[in-house]
Amino acid sequence: MEIKILGTGCANCKNLEKATREAVAELKLDASVVKEEDIVKIMGYGVMRTPAIVVDEKVLMYGRVPSVKEIKEMLSK
Amino acid sequence: MSDNSLSFCKPSITRFLPLLLLPVWFLLYHNLKWLSDKLVNDILGLTAGNHLTESLRFFIFEVPKVIMLLTLIIFFVGIIRTYFSPERTRKALEGKSLFTGNVMAASLGIVTPFCSCSAIPLFLGFIESGIPLGVTFSFLIAAPMINEVAIVLLFGLFGWKTAVIFVVTGLFIAITAGWVIGRLHLEKWVEPWVYELKGGSHLEDEKLTFETRIKMGFEAVKEIVGKVWIYVMLGIAVGAGVHGYVPEDFMASFMGKSAWYSVPLSVLIGIPLYSNAAGIIPIVSALIEKGAALGTALAFMMSVIGLSLPEMIILRKVLKMPLIFTFIGVVGTGIILVGFLFNYIF
Repeated sequence: MEIKILGTGCANCKNLEKATREAVAELKLDASVVKEEDIVKIMGYGVMRTPAIVVDEKVLMYGRVPSVKEIKEMLSK
Repeated sequence: MSDNSLSFCKPSITRFLPLLLLPVWFLLYHNLKWLSDKLVNDILGLTAGNHLTESLRFFIFEVPKVIMLLTLIIFFVGIIRTYFSPERTRKALEGKSLFTGNVMAASLGIVTPFCSCSAIPLFLGFIESGIPLGVTFSFLIAAPMINEVAIVLLFGLFGWKTAVIFVVTGLFIAITAGWVIGRLHLEKWVEPWVYELKGGSHLEDEKLTFETRIKMGFEAVKEIVGKVWIYVMLGIAVGAGVHGYVPEDFMASFMGKSAWYSVPLSVLIGIPLYSNAAGIIPIVSALIEKGAALGTALAFMMSVIGLSLPEMIILRKVLKMPLIFTFIGVVGTGIILVGFLFNYIF
């Protein structure tokens, strides 16, 4: 699975990236986590509030930084 | 979400935690004066009346008072904000006529969650769904300027009247400045790629349980109070020093009513000064006590909070320089007029 973190580099985006990496490691998922900082591409997902998590090109969550536990629940669905 | 079944099984503590904490808050808040006096007079054993004691008394009372007020208000605002989103605000603004759009955009700017790091995606999202430039600006002016931290500090240090004046004049400036920018037809000064942007399909709002909303309220407190407490302390410390040591009417000569030029000067000084409301309002409160005029002080605060250099730098990505200068000019003129008006009335 391919996970993208959308964000222009603010503190919350970094927090979300960190939390997502932790969640992926704890779930032992075979997934790549990449950061998308290009605003034009971010807008392409229809996201108006950063940060956001995109899994396989689908927006899973946006506009807040959920806990590692919550991200794990989202990713294991 | 399937995992929500979990929170239905066990009665969640999250829902009841605020109800438990609220009485504690009120008890503490209402006895704060007594507690701080007790600390200054009996425990520290300081003599009442001298400069150091009175500065310290001011500090020991005001810091916990303001932090407690902030905690309470940010918690509730944090919950209320989960019911608003830029997506919903955008939908509400689509197809609105210029003036109605400006009024709505400025009002929604107060309640819609906003942080300066989201200013660009928000700007692009609004423009992309056809919301006029002027209406978008009304939102972008109101959202950072009229924020809960500023309102709480004004209420705590000046009283509710000043807080209301700030909100009303802030709204007025956001509405008029946005309307003026709209009338000037400055679309040519927006970076051209903005209008070529194709946004993705509009996302639906997340369905949140009430538990999640309460959690988000607590998170908002943690995030915002965690960030501003240091500025509150610094601001009140400087304020306490001014309160105890600066002579009465010291400010009257250069920030008083008679010095007309102080209003535009305050606005000019305020633009590059990037402090948040938490740091600047306690200092301004002390300045007013020492003879600064309310209108001048209000103009200074609005300029510091509403016209911030970092936000201009962020907006430079999507706006050309002439538009940024027009933005500063129009909003700055609005603030100056408000400053003069208040010096004239009060």
